[in-house]
Formats: sequence, C-alpha cells, structure tokens
Amino acid sequence: MTVTEATAAASVVQAKGLGLTFRTNDGPVQALTDVNLTIGKGEFVSFIGPSGCGKTTFLRVIADLEKPTEGTISVNGLSPEQAREKRAYGYVFQAAALFPWRTIAKNIALPLEIMGVPDTERKGRIERVMELVNLTGFENKYPWQLSGGMQQRASIARALAFDADLLLMDEPFGALDEIVRDHLNKQLLELWARTNKTICFVTHSIPEAVYLSTRIVVMSPRPGRVTDVIESTLPRERPLDIRESPEFLAIAHRVRDGLHAGHSYED
Amino acid sequence: MNRALENVVPVLTILAGLVVAWYVAAVLLNAPFQRDLDRRAGETPGTMEFIGKTLSQPKPTMPAPHQVAQNFFENTFLRKVTSNRSLVYNAWVTLSSTLLGFAFGTALGILIAVGVVHLTALDRSLMPWIIASQTIPILAIAPMVIVVFAAIGITGLIPKSLISTYLSFFPVAVGMVKGLRSPEIMHLDLMHTYNASSSQVFWKLRVPASVPYLFASMKVAVAASLVGAIVAELPTGAVAGIGAKLLSASYYSQTIDMWSALVAGSIVAALLVTVVGIAGRMVERSMGARPA
Repeated sequence: MTVTEATAAASVVQAKGLGLTFRTNDGPVQALTDVNLTIGKGEFVSFIGPSGCGKTTFLRVIADLEKPTEGTISVNGLSPEQAREKRAYGYVFQAAALFPWRTIAKNIALPLEIMGVPDTERKGRIERVMELVNLTGFENKYPWQLSGGMQQRASIARALAFDADLLLMDEPFGALDEIVRDHLNKQLLELWARTNKTICFVTHSIPEAVYLSTRIVVMSPRPGRVTDVIESTLPRERPLDIRESPEFLAIAHRVRDGLHAGHSYED
Repeated sequence: MNRALENVVPVLTILAGLVVAWYVAAVLLNAPFQRDLDRRAGETPGTMEFIGKTLSQPKPTMPAPHQVAQNFFENTFLRKVTSNRSLVYNAWVTLSSTLLGFAFGTALGILIAVGVVHLTALDRSLMPWIIASQTIPILAIAPMVIVVFAAIGITGLIPKSLISTYLSFFPVAVGMVKGLRSPEIMHLDLMHTYNASSSQVFWKLRVPASVPYLFASMKVAVAASLVGAIVAELPTGAVAGIGAKLLSASYYSQTIDMWSALVAGSIVAALLVTVVGIAGRMVERSMGARPA
C-alpha cells in the first residue's frame, strides 16, 4: 500500500479540484473553485470566511445536498450519494429544524424510525444522546418549550442518535448569544473528545473556529475558494480561558490575516 | 370573568345596532302597504299606532325581529321534532346531507391534494379544471345533477349531498395542496440526509405539517357544504329541509317563516364551524401546539 492510498483510506472526506457553479438568471455563479482538501478521521475542521465564500456549499456537497460540477469528492471512500444512502453523517443546520409536533425525544427518534432501528433499541439510544448534550429530563417537552440553545442541543443529539462517524455542522450556534455560544462550544469539545467523531464545522466567528478546531480552513468569495489551511497548535484539552493565551491569539491573528488577504473590502 | 365580558360586549353592541337598524328597515319597508290598508279601511292612525301596525303584519315585506324570534321559538321548541313544520326536523334533514357531502368533499379534496403534490402531471392538468369548476354557478348544476341521478334510479340523500361535495372539496383541495407543500426546505433537506423514502417524507413530515391547513380549510368547507345542501333542496322539490322550507315559504309569501328558516340555517352553520374549530384545536393541542 502506498502512502497516498493509506491516507486515502484513513481520510473521511477527500476533495480534488472540486468546483460548483450555480446557474442563475444573472448568469453562472462560481460558488466553489478548485478545492483540494483531505479531512482525516477524528479531526475537527472549521470552515471560516465571509458570506458567499462557499463554506456552507462545501458542507452541502459533502452531504449530497448539492452536486459538484467539477472535480471529485469522496466521503468514507464513497461518492457523497452512496455515503448518504449509508447514513454516513449527521447534519446540524443553522436552525434547530426540530419538528414542532414532536416532543424532544420523538424528534431524536425521527432518524431512528426512518432507518428502521428497532423500538427496543431506540429508547436506550435516545437516553444516551440526550445525556451527551445535557438534556436529560426534557424528553417530553415540545420544541417551543425550550430555549434556542437547548433546541440546538436537541438537534445535535438528533444528529448523534444514529452513530454516524462524521458530523457536519453548518453555523449551528450562529443564531445564539455569546454566553450560550461559549457554553455550547465547550460542550461540543467535550462531546468530540468523548465520541471521537470527525467534525466539519462552518462558522463566521474567528474565536469559535480557533477554539474548536484542529484545523481551520480559511475561505474567500467571488469565486468561492480556499485561501489558507491553518493547523492548530493548541492542545486537545482546551479550557475556555485558553482563548487569552498568546498561542490562541497568534492563530486567531493568522486567520484574520487570511480573511483580509482573500477579501478586498474596496469592492 | 372580565375577559369574557370584554369579548361579549363588542359583539352585543353590534347586535344591538343591527336590531335597531332592522326595526327601522321593517317600519320603512312595511309602511307603504300599511298606508294602503289604512286608506282602504278609511282609518287615520296616530304615528305610534301606525308603527305598531307595520311591525305586526301577518305577511310583512320585512318581518320585525320579534316576529321572527317568536316564529323561530314556536317552530323549534313548541313543535314535536318529528313534525314536518318543526325547524329542528328540517334542520336535521339538511344537516344530514351537509355532513355526508362534507365527508365526501373532505376526502375528495385530500385525495386531489395528495395527487397534485406528488404528480407534476396532475398539478398541471387538474388544477385549472378544479378552479374552473368553482366558477360554474351551483344553482345551474344542482338540478342537472339531481335529474341525472334520478334517471339512473338514485334519489334522496346521495344526489343532494353531492352538491355539498361539489362545493366543499375545493377549499380542502386548495388548503391541503398548500399544507402538504408547507414544510421548510431545511426540514426536507434533513429528511434527505436521512435518505428517507418519499412515503416516509409524506407521513412523517408533509402530513403532520398540513394539519393546521386542513382544519382551516375544513372550516370554510363545512359552511360551503351547508350552502350546497340548502341550494340542492331548492330546485328538486324536496319536501323537507331548510331549503325546502325557504322555497315553500316564498311560494306562499310567508316571509316570517322564510326568515326563521334563514335564522335556523345560520345557527346550524355557526354550530358546524364551531365544532370543526374545536376539533381542530383539540387535534393541534394533542400535537403539541403552543396554547394560544
């Protein structure tokens, strides 16, 4: 086995020359051009950039919610469509997207019902993931009875319920206030450490990206492309006050530079 | 208690205004005939006496509220419910065909909506016909339907309720098309990430999402059903029912009977809409809706 084959086997997502052009009434829009990226198992990769840089589009391509127009991409060594059919990933949207007519436990049961997990097994799984996101005791509440942060935690529990190894998160905490967001960031890191999942995380917050990630992908718009990939030198164990350390600030600075370089504010 | 009062007072104010306007209209509309009568009898009553007479004619152009109320009370509470002069009996006859037609109409409406949402061909081909169907005056269709069914030996409840069906399937079909298409893109994307089959998307997402739309459209449909049932009784020589009562009263210029039949019809309509509303609220509450 050659080295490249070995990395391909261990890689969860591998994109080569990936591009996506949307046809719109105002002509074609290049949402992504020439993205080359390999995401390894157990990594926490953040995608950061201004709106229109294609970070969400890239996540949607991995999830087979968009089809690329150029290049190739594999998820767990399969095409995104095959990976989706094998339920290879859990997707967390910008909003919690809970079904209002289902209780929290029933919302988490939704993917299990669809995937045909037997009744006897469901209960245990629901209990386990609700405990993972600290929602034990809220099983029989309806979504409107929960705060925004709790709803988003429930949607993370729903994405974890069917044990996919890959978690795709599209600005999951974007609509929440700073205090709730800090708290959820910390919980997400703990969850990542406990479950050893691979996480792709879209954000437009620099501190969030630096705090969470093992690798930060900096992107830039018009056309959407990757401008920098930053390996984090922070340890895996990260208390909240690590954000005041010089190391953290140095990485944040590099991310900011990357964002400025790729984005002209004159236009 | 106070809140109940706050809700009731505005309604009662409007009602009082309407009753006053009704009395004024009754006096004005009945006055020419009364003047005619007085002239022939050679009487010259005073103003108050004249007004009293306009409000107590046996076959007035415009019956006064108390005349209608008295007639309604007598024909509702003082007659045996089996009597064909009883408003309860006539309301029941109309109600039974209303309910049957409403049940057919709701079922048909849902069926059409499911088809339209799932098959693009149906969406393109059926929808324009459905909309066109509602532009045909029901009064023109009703006798034809009754005659055609009578020709093949079907009479009575079924053809009558079909007129109700014809009026009530439309709001349900339109409402349900909207309801079944109401799920957000995000919810549909979510189902897609689970690789859910289209029947799973239908039962677990589209159907529950459409429930509020279903009940809203059923409220409109049940009122339309009642109109359909009444209209169906008019051209068919029906012997009983609110429509039959209206028609026979108009033959004999029994305006008071006509008005009290109208009142009975409105009460039935209000009850039906209320019942559907309560059923809707109960279903939505059981589906975790936030109490209003």
